[in-house]
Amino acid sequence: MVINLTKENFEKEVLQSELPVLVDFWATWCSPCLRVAPILEELGKEVKGLAVVGKLDVDAEYEIADQFEIMSIPTIVVFKNGKIHTSTLGVQSKATLRKLLEV
Amino acid sequence: MNKVIIIGYGPAGITAAIYLKRTGIDALVIGKDLGALDGYTDLVENYYGFSKPLEGKKLIQEGVDQAKKLGIEVITDSVISLKQDESNFIVVTEKNEYTAETVLLATGKTRQTLNIPGFKLFRGKGISMCATCDGYFYRRKKLAIVGCGAYMQHELEYLNRISNDITVFTHGNDLPIDVDNPVVTEKILSFKGTKKITHIVTEKQEYPVEGVFIAIGVPSSIEFASQLGVIVEKNSIAVDENYQTNIEGLFAAGDIIGGKLQITKSTYDGMLAADAIYNYLKNKSKKA
Repeated sequence: MVINLTKENFEKEVLQSELPVLVDFWATWCSPCLRVAPILEELGKEVKGLAVVGKLDVDAEYEIADQFEIMSIPTIVVFKNGKIHTSTLGVQSKATLRKLLEV
Repeated sequence: MNKVIIIGYGPAGITAAIYLKRTGIDALVIGKDLGALDGYTDLVENYYGFSKPLEGKKLIQEGVDQAKKLGIEVITDSVISLKQDESNFIVVTEKNEYTAETVLLATGKTRQTLNIPGFKLFRGKGISMCATCDGYFYRRKKLAIVGCGAYMQHELEYLNRISNDITVFTHGNDLPIDVDNPVVTEKILSFKGTKKITHIVTEKQEYPVEGVFIAIGVPSSIEFASQLGVIVEKNSIAVDENYQTNIEGLFAAGDIIGGKLQITKSTYDGMLAADAIYNYLKNKSKKA
C-alpha cells in the first residue's frame, strides 16, 4: 500500500517512523512521475511490514517539497530514523527502489 | 499512422526493420547519423561473413542501403521529442512529426555529456535536463537555456510560458533560428553557486541565474525516453525479456540497453525485438 503524504501526516508517517520510508515526490502534470505510480504500488505490497512507501504531491504539499529543496521530479527519497538516507532522480525499477530501502 | 517507428539506423534498428518486413510489417526507420561507427574508419574484423573487412562506417552504410533495397523507408532526421497520447506514440523530429503504434529505440549510446565545471554538482540543484518535468519549480524565475537548435527551441517554447525572464546561451555556437529572448553567444566556462546554482560564468562576465535548462544539440534517446518515464539504469534503458520497456509498446534494442557493445549482439537484439513487436501487434489486434 502507498500512503498519501501531507503536511498533517508527514511528521508521524515519515519522520517518526521506525521503519525505513520511501517518499516519491511527484505531480499530476509530470508524465514520467505517472510511470512511477504502478511501480510504487507493487513495491508497497512487496515490502509490507518491512518498510513504508509513500508519495507526496509537490503542488498540494509544496511546503514539504520546499523544505527538502525538491527542484526536479520524480525525486525519490529514502528516510531512515527521520533523516534523509539517500535520494535519487528519475524513474527507477522496483528492484532498484527496494535496494535503496535496504530491506 | 505507422505500425512501427524505429529510431536509429545502426545494426539493431536495421536488422529489426528487415525482420519486421519479413513478417509483412513496414517499419519507418528514422536515424540521425551512422551512430557509434560514424567516425569509425577502422576495419571491422570481428563480424561474420567478410573476408575482406569493411570500415565500420561503410558497414553501417551498407546496412542502410540493404534496408532501402528491400523497400524499407529510411529517413535521416533528428528526433527531439517522444510523446504519447491515449493510444499512440508521437515522434517529433526537427523536420516533422510521426505517429506509431509501437516504437523501437535503437539509437546506440552516443551521449552528449556536458563538460562544463559545475554541471554535475548543480544537476537537480538549479540545472535541469527537462523543461516539462521541472519547469514548475522555476515559475517566474530568472532562467537560462543552453542550446542553439530545434531541441532548444522546443524546450524554450514551453519555458516561455512559465517565466518571462529567459536568456538563451549558445555556448559559443551560432544561433540559426529566430528567438525573441535575449541571447548570449559567449562560451560558458563554468556554473557557479553554493547550495544551488547562482551564476553562469562566461569568458566575458558572470550572469546571475536561478535555473538553467540544458538543451544542447539533439537529445539522446536516454533523454527523450526518460522524459516519457522510461526506466533508465546505469545509463542504459531497462527492458524485459521481450525487449519492452516499462511503457507498453515502447521497445529498445542494441547498445542502448547495455551489455556487449558489439554489432553481433545488436543484430541479435534487433531480430528478437522484431519478433517481440510482431507478437505485440498481433495480440493487440486480437484484443481490438
